[in-house]
Amino acid sequence: MKFFGFIWKNAWRKKVRTTLTILSVLVAFLLYALLNSIGYAFKSGADIADAERLVVIDKVSLINPLPISYQNKIAATPGVESVTYASWFGGYYQDPSNQLPQFPVDPAGYFAMYPELKMPSEQLEAWTNNRIGMVVGEEVAAQYGWKIGDRVPLQATIWTKTDGGRTWEFEVEGIFTTDDPRGSTGYMLFHHDYFEEARAFGKGTVGWYVLRIAGGANPVEVANAVDEQFANSPNETETSTEQAFVESFSKQFGNIALIVTLILGAVFFTLLLVSGNTMAQSVRERISELAVLKTLGFTDKSVLGIVLSESILIMLMGGLLGVGIGWMLVQGLARSPLGAFLPGIYLSPQAIILAVLMMAAAGIVAGIFPALKAMRLSIVDALARG
Amino acid sequence: MRSIKQVFAVSWLNIRNLPQRLGASLVAVVGVAAVVLVFAAVLSMAKGFERTMISAGAEDTAIIMRSGATSEMNSGLSHEQTLIVANAPGVLRDGDTPLSSAELYVIVDIPKKDTNEDANVPLRGVQQAAFEVRNNVEIVEGRMFEPGRNEFVVGRAAQYEFVGLDVGSTVRFGQTEWTVVGAFSAGGSVSESELWTDVRVLQDAYRRGNSYQSMRVKLADEAALDELKSFLENDPRIDPDVMSERTYYSTQAEGLSRFIRLIGYPLTFLMAIGAVFGALNSMYSSVSARGREIATLRALGFGPFPVMISTIVESTLLAAAGGLIGGAVAYLVFNGFRVSTLNGASFSQVVFDFAVTGDLLLQGIVAALIIGVIGGLFPAIRAARMPVAQALRQL
Repeated sequence: MKFFGFIWKNAWRKKVRTTLTILSVLVAFLLYALLNSIGYAFKSGADIADAERLVVIDKVSLINPLPISYQNKIAATPGVESVTYASWFGGYYQDPSNQLPQFPVDPAGYFAMYPELKMPSEQLEAWTNNRIGMVVGEEVAAQYGWKIGDRVPLQATIWTKTDGGRTWEFEVEGIFTTDDPRGSTGYMLFHHDYFEEARAFGKGTVGWYVLRIAGGANPVEVANAVDEQFANSPNETETSTEQAFVESFSKQFGNIALIVTLILGAVFFTLLLVSGNTMAQSVRERISELAVLKTLGFTDKSVLGIVLSESILIMLMGGLLGVGIGWMLVQGLARSPLGAFLPGIYLSPQAIILAVLMMAAAGIVAGIFPALKAMRLSIVDALARG
Repeated sequence: MRSIKQVFAVSWLNIRNLPQRLGASLVAVVGVAAVVLVFAAVLSMAKGFERTMISAGAEDTAIIMRSGATSEMNSGLSHEQTLIVANAPGVLRDGDTPLSSAELYVIVDIPKKDTNEDANVPLRGVQQAAFEVRNNVEIVEGRMFEPGRNEFVVGRAAQYEFVGLDVGSTVRFGQTEWTVVGAFSAGGSVSESELWTDVRVLQDAYRRGNSYQSMRVKLADEAALDELKSFLENDPRIDPDVMSERTYYSTQAEGLSRFIRLIGYPLTFLMAIGAVFGALNSMYSSVSARGREIATLRALGFGPFPVMISTIVESTLLAAAGGLIGGAVAYLVFNGFRVSTLNGASFSQVVFDFAVTGDLLLQGIVAALIIGVIGGLFPAIRAARMPVAQALRQL
């Protein structure tokens, strides 16, 4: 550390070159931060799933509804503590491009099933008592500027009403948040009873069930017990943990996420290579000075250390700036309308730690060969060259 | 005139000297190549997806859905309504039979070959005329399904991408067992990602009674779409959205391709900035390596302008080389690369090939040249301003 001032001065000897190198490292790590967050959104939060929740869907396809009569049967299955249901509404607000998830649910059951969702109890009560009441996630409220008491008409894409209309009226009764910073609140909930009564077809069904297993119960056994009950019926079920369900869904996007990651991974390393090469070059140009250091009595090891520290320092300066800017962009993106494309975009602490490790590693890789060369330098030869 | 001659002379000298500065030059080349590679690769995904979607849609085929439905998946039509459409004016007829197909569109879970994870594969129930309504669909293996039996034909792309769809095999969806009796091609369009069966069989299997989701008709002539539209909109028994199949598929493609572009262009821009820094660094070190040479030229009477231009020429050439390499690698590696993804608009899988098209490559090379010019400009100014006497003394 006592050489920090010396290393710092050395790093800034050629201001333009160092600035450019720092900037290209910055861009590399900015890319890393953005991609990592997008990759996280693609996984759509599989690792925030609750291990005690199971999802029951139709075996043939998620789009097939299940009879409402299954609720009591699932609730009576050994190992099941509680069960609730939801359906897919698929409406949009004003313009078809404003499509966001809406689920008709049973208010009390749904909030009990998802304790991470937070909403003041008076809002929950007001919602329960208003048949056409709706509660919206914080993100949705921010996106459309909705407040409690607003009347919001939604256009249905699937569910026409018994009167033939497609416009469903709702009143915003509450705004919910989540206490998990990685979770998304980009959806809204309304009464299943209202949905059931007003829809023209599909009566007596729900989209899927969510159940919570009793403490100590084995999720695999419970899932099998549920599925066995409905085997050989017209609506066979497939029960899986919430995590498996979310994962299978995100895997549907397929290798695209992987391809993007691979391409950009390659680019990331190219950028590091480019900056590494420049740093190596700057050490080569100072060989004679390093010889002077040695003449003054610096040991081989401390010369190695000085050269390596300089390259790590440059990588860290660029890298930390890049990750920092990336973090701010991700924060901004998540709150912007663009965030609707990438619900759950998030830069995880693990990703940041990995980035810092990569900066150090890249600094060592870029600096090690010139540093070794500097260490092994024969003073006489080096001075003669100068 | 003398100045132009000087520009050529100095630039040529510069180019011939390039091999002496190979290390630094290569850094610039690699940086630019990476930009073009990523640009072409990411955007080729959008191109390929759009091509697959757009080629499915013909201008002379109309699709009719319930008004407000954003895709076939969430539309619904009754049997009576499909008859009204089939007999409407504007629909092309073969003798007495209208060329129309009332269809049902559901999804079934079939594992993907590469991950072995269930994916939403579209299963479409069609009427007999479906093959005439569409322009380029033909059976290429096995035979057509027989009406009334639990049989289906499979699109080429779906067969390639999903497990167990070889002709002759049987597949179980829920309570029903189906036989794969044939495979069809559809000119590389999105139809190839689907499985097709008799719509009546599918209605039974999915307990849809006698209802349908969408209807396709072949249009008689260019004016027929408007004719059909105004006729149906004035019929109180039906509340339809009528559009050409091409329009329909363009809207279906919009979301995903916009998403890819939203990621692709900003990322390319960021990377281009990184590449500009790389090029600047290379060119600054090139100028300082050539310090004595430049000073000598200036002492001999060459002006600052030719020296400046020669540096920009050098950096532009390096960037162009990088652009060509990046474009070539993108073409060789990614063109025709087949993937399948979930299209949110229809909630089902679409199989498509990456398309590294000529205009993408052109855009990439233009970007490379811009990076080259910017990367050369500032070092060029420094080269031109270099004080002659001091530079000569330097070494």
